[in-house]
Amino acid sequence: MTVDLTQFHAAFFEESFEALDAMEAALLKLDVGSPEAELVNTIFRVAHSIKGGSATFGFSQIASFTHSLETLLDELRSGAMAATVAVSDLLLKSVDVLRAMLRAVQAKQPIDAQRVSDLQFDLEVAIAKKEQHAPVAAVAAAVPASPSDSRTDQGAAAVKSPRWRIRFHPYRELLARGNDPLRMLRELAALGELEVRVDAQMLPPLADVNPQDCYLAWSLELPGEVPEEAIRQVFEWAEGDCDLTVERLAGETQKSVAPTAATAAPAQVPPPAMAGGGAPGPDILSVRSPPESARPRADAPGKQDASVSGLGDSGSIRVSVEKIDELMNTVGELVITQAMLSQLGSHFDGPDAEKLRGGLAQLERNMRELQESVMRVRMLPISFVFSRFPRMVRDLAQRLGKQIELKLTGEQTELDKTVLEKIGDPLVHLVRNSIDHGIESPEARTAAGKPAEGTVHLDACHRGGNIAVEVSDDGGGLDKERILAKARARGLVGADDAPTDAEIYELIFVPGFSTAEKTTDVSGRGVGMDVVRRNVKELGGKIDVRSDSGRGSRFTITLPLTLAIVDGQSVAVGTETYIVPLISIVESMQLKSTGVTRLSGHSEVLSFRGDYLPIIRLHELFGVEPRSRALHEGLVVVAEGDGRRVGLFVDDLLGQQQVVIKSLEANYGHIEGVSGATILGDGSVALILDVPGLIRAASMRVAA
Amino acid sequence: MSTNAVERQQGSGSGSHQVLTFVLGDETYGVDILRVQEIRGWSAVTKIPHAPAHVLGVLNLRGSIVPIVDLRMRFALERAEYTTVTVIIVMSVNTPAGRRDFGVVVDGVSDVVDVNFAEVKPAPELGSRSATEYIRGLVSVAERMVVLLDIDRLIGRDLALSAGADADEAPAASAA
Repeated sequence: MTVDLTQFHAAFFEESFEALDAMEAALLKLDVGSPEAELVNTIFRVAHSIKGGSATFGFSQIASFTHSLETLLDELRSGAMAATVAVSDLLLKSVDVLRAMLRAVQAKQPIDAQRVSDLQFDLEVAIAKKEQHAPVAAVAAAVPASPSDSRTDQGAAAVKSPRWRIRFHPYRELLARGNDPLRMLRELAALGELEVRVDAQMLPPLADVNPQDCYLAWSLELPGEVPEEAIRQVFEWAEGDCDLTVERLAGETQKSVAPTAATAAPAQVPPPAMAGGGAPGPDILSVRSPPESARPRADAPGKQDASVSGLGDSGSIRVSVEKIDELMNTVGELVITQAMLSQLGSHFDGPDAEKLRGGLAQLERNMRELQESVMRVRMLPISFVFSRFPRMVRDLAQRLGKQIELKLTGEQTELDKTVLEKIGDPLVHLVRNSIDHGIESPEARTAAGKPAEGTVHLDACHRGGNIAVEVSDDGGGLDKERILAKARARGLVGADDAPTDAEIYELIFVPGFSTAEKTTDVSGRGVGMDVVRRNVKELGGKIDVRSDSGRGSRFTITLPLTLAIVDGQSVAVGTETYIVPLISIVESMQLKSTGVTRLSGHSEVLSFRGDYLPIIRLHELFGVEPRSRALHEGLVVVAEGDGRRVGLFVDDLLGQQQVVIKSLEANYGHIEGVSGATILGDGSVALILDVPGLIRAASMRVAA
Repeated sequence: MSTNAVERQQGSGSGSHQVLTFVLGDETYGVDILRVQEIRGWSAVTKIPHAPAHVLGVLNLRGSIVPIVDLRMRFALERAEYTTVTVIIVMSVNTPAGRRDFGVVVDGVSDVVDVNFAEVKPAPELGSRSATEYIRGLVSVAERMVVLLDIDRLIGRDLALSAGADADEAPAASAA
């Protein structure tokens, strides 16, 4: 009869995390004020299926939490509750909490019960606030809250008269020490209009209940007129046997006793009086005085139809990278075998030769497709990294009191998964910096004649055989004076030195360097930029800074395509074939012997559209015997890298093709001017040129 | 010092190992069979710029790019023509930067033999230091002397050097 459910856990977690991502995305899209019904439905479905799944697997805390969430969402869906900013904040927080819970359960670690019950409390309150508006809930008496009030952290101030919020979390042995929670609650009720909420999450199945233990916790609310002293007196005897927090909601004062929330005992027993009201249904009950909860919960079970199937459309499986690499290598071999067969096939004669060739052509087409799709598996669009930013920017902007619009472009730029994973943290640093240091407060912006809303722009594109990821903002730019002053104070720059702008910007990458006047929890501790640079360097990339005082700053991370597919132009130099990334090619042309000037004997310069470009003879740089040394007998490929243009002298152009970059470093080492190698159709290896590197290598030779 | 190396080998070895022997000119050399990835025929390599002369270039070995070393040139022997019977032995070496695969060009593969480490004699100290540095020892197999190579020393250092030589211009050479 028993089915081992644990085998389905992995799938449940996978699905739930995906679903939460979908929910978060939907929440961020949610238009406050006039929520789109479809989005709300999506969000609701997610909550519903997580609730269903977690209940099935016995993750009762998650189930209970999602139940509250679902109830709130149902209100939203039915239009009974308005989608305010506060509500959407609350929902986003719920996503975070759910994620944390799922992670904890997945890692078989205890759930942060305090965090969960706090948020659940907020959810319940938000629901309750709405209910008070409903005619059934005639209870509203003591809580004069307006109907649209949804109390979240920010919304706390919205409760008009100050109230006490008491969290009473008895330890399991409370009953054994002769304390009776019921008596305490009665005493509290005698002090004023008492709102009681019981948290039964810790309640074990009936068979496991030890009647001498206390498994329950309570959240209580009392009117503000009640003296704090009186409240504390009630709990006087329970001190040391419980976690107790007494806080004043609308006011600033927050006092807590024994704030050891995290270590809260894992289980409590219901006192008999409470058990009666809470037996059926979910673990969390909302009990008020009078206790008839008017929650329209009844309609929730009726909407099961919208459940499991609607988990969003991001179906995926997880495959280890090694497996994909293996697959890719095998396909590479197949391509070569196929090329060999094609060559053989062309030699055949006879009645079936035509059929054979037809079949081989078909094979070639299929191979090409197979190869492309396998290559694509490892590549992921950078939107996987970008997608975390809308949420982050929103939260940060809110926390810092700034208005910020986040623009994302080039999200479809694909890069290798390993690069993708490592570029996330540096980007987070940069975006944080932009928001914290870059964008000014709305007032300052208006005063400077800029729109109150600042813009942070994240962009990704292929550039010069690299991938460039840019973080730019239209804030105040880097404060050169302050950086310089700070650097002088720290002795990084001599008092009389006058560094260039670029040198000044370089200073922000010095470990421990920060110009923030006050350290915030966002940034300013002086860790960050050096870490950003180190991470980028580890990926073989670099980071450039441009800044325009008063107009904003721009950080550009340039990453090599460690394993990206690149569109390449094959060029011949002697017997060797090289690949020039198409993106770095400006133009290819045949030279007339007159178009070239010799400067000081050795360096040759080409006149190109009013510019003079140095010519790099690839055969010289790479030590290859060329077909011809005469410039007019070969071709010149005008290529661009790092903003500089050069003419690459080659023997011939061969053809354009997509190639996969293979690492030379894996078995050999780095070669200046070469970004990697690739395997051509005939199985031979061709080196892929790195134009910026070539320019560096060539200028080094000239200098030497 | 090579004596010590041999003694260490003898001490740690479980007695006998299988060794792949190959011919280079008139000599027979041997490498630990466990290091051998595969044996393949000669095919044209792609030259690598700025590489040491004995690093001929790179080849595609089932999707990974593998440098090819000419052992004749490495040992300063007379150069031989590469023909269709020229053989490449692909081996893995341990370098400070991790495991690397590379191929060596040899004249021909001979045999797989069992070598008892007790029978391995240290290479006699000759004038030239470099000659014995990468030799683990000498052993007689069927009346022939086989030179056992320490490929980690022989090639590992080469690879590190060749990469390093190019790297002096680019400090962030091999993060791998």
